[in-house]
Amino acid sequence: MARIIVVTSGKGGVGKTTTSAAIAMGLAKKGHKTAVIDFDVGLRNLDLILGCERRVVYDFINVINGEASLNQALIRDKNCNLLYILPASQTRDKEALTQEGVGKVLDELSKDFEYIVCDSPAGIEKGANLALYFADDAFVVTNPEISSVRDSDRMLGILSSKSRRAERGEEPIKEYLLLTRYDPDRVKNGEMLSLDDVQEILSLQLLGIIPESKSVLTASNAGVPVILDEKSEAGQAYADIVARYLGEDRPHRFVESKRGFFSKLFGGKK
Amino acid sequence: MTNNLPVLEFKSSTFFAPILILFNNDIVGIEEALEKKVKLAPEFFKDSPLIIDLSEINKHSKEIDFVQITQLLRRVGFFPVGVRGGNEQQNQQARELFIPIDTVRELTNLIITDEKNKPEVAQKGDSQATPTTKQETINAIPPRPVYVAATLVTQPVRSGQRIYASGDLVVMSQVSAGAEIMAEGNIHVYNTLRGRALAGVHGNTAARIFCFDMQAELISIAGDYKTSEDLNKQTYRNPVQIYLQNHALIITEIV
Repeated sequence: MARIIVVTSGKGGVGKTTTSAAIAMGLAKKGHKTAVIDFDVGLRNLDLILGCERRVVYDFINVINGEASLNQALIRDKNCNLLYILPASQTRDKEALTQEGVGKVLDELSKDFEYIVCDSPAGIEKGANLALYFADDAFVVTNPEISSVRDSDRMLGILSSKSRRAERGEEPIKEYLLLTRYDPDRVKNGEMLSLDDVQEILSLQLLGIIPESKSVLTASNAGVPVILDEKSEAGQAYADIVARYLGEDRPHRFVESKRGFFSKLFGGKK
Repeated sequence: MTNNLPVLEFKSSTFFAPILILFNNDIVGIEEALEKKVKLAPEFFKDSPLIIDLSEINKHSKEIDFVQITQLLRRVGFFPVGVRGGNEQQNQQARELFIPIDTVRELTNLIITDEKNKPEVAQKGDSQATPTTKQETINAIPPRPVYVAATLVTQPVRSGQRIYASGDLVVMSQVSAGAEIMAEGNIHVYNTLRGRALAGVHGNTAARIFCFDMQAELISIAGDYKTSEDLNKQTYRNPVQIYLQNHALIITEIV
């Protein structure tokens, strides 16, 4: 049985797709057969970030409608042969998603994958609700700003009440916090919410902090998940997150400003 | 072939339904009052089952058309599922509308409604011409107060979630901004309260709100409310209790 992970946030543009691509790649690199599904029907992005947009023939909706088999639609990643992508349809909208259809696809994937990563669309409408409905674990991606935190809080409410686990009265979805685009310098200047501020509202298990990094945009444009850029801080942060999720104990990094030491040494800028 | 699953099963269970006690036969007045109530918590009242209590009306020998009142309730959005305290004619009308009639528990319920009703009930029991043995035993039992179990919430109440308790509400975890907690009784939040808290939503002016860390968006007791803008900054982020005094919400720190 596969473990189903939903990457969700409520708010758009916080890094759900970047995170989905990175952790799916991370899990596959660690030797786990992983599928990543783009639930953002009509606005497909995941295939771009994973650099496989030119190999898309069939998509998630084709499989749901029985127009293609799962094997026809799954695209094997060119960097890692344990990672498969199920792209979203560009020409349809979220109404094409049905609960039975999604359930059937996930059931079939569960048979020979270890992890299924569901990249949720923004919002709290059908696409987002179906992405989280079957989940076992939720990665809540949040930016250190108040509207993102509020939306994440709303999403957590939906996770605990509208999922299959909640409806069946099973053990609730395990919720993790991923704080993205974190800039310790701006936190220090009071321009950005700190980790503590966010945790005061969300109180979740922190899986990791991804620092604001230019390498994220570069990697996205190149169609290479940022986790493969081992030199970048964001890449390392995602590698830490995957390791922590798999049970490794790694200390949290990127909470404090890296310039802290030098600014102390030289007086620093105030 | 050996798979002989039963088609059905009878199980005994208890459920709660609000009782509508009518004091007056003024249909227009009743409609107005109902609509006002429903407006307060539309989601809660929507499709709610309801027991109609006619004992007060009949005590004062007021005429009421049961068919008309049933139609009115259905129009407002209720599902009348029972009637009690009705007279011969009203019960007959109820039967024709397929609404079950509750007769046996009439007396016990009168006992527990109010302290003031106690002597009346005793009198009623004594003066009844043909008391059945069943009613006698009921009268012999000392009145027990109504006990509505408190609702306990241990999970965080997140933004957008709503919780309704028909008695007291006890929340052990935080209540996020954008969440709404409502109780007919008191509300206790043993954590941070950032959302809206409404106690005594059915008009219980004695209801109170207690919380450990007061950062609420809105607080209300029996319909009187204050938004965070009107809240005293001194009590902000402190443990407080809130109660109603002459239609004014009083917020005091719990030392």
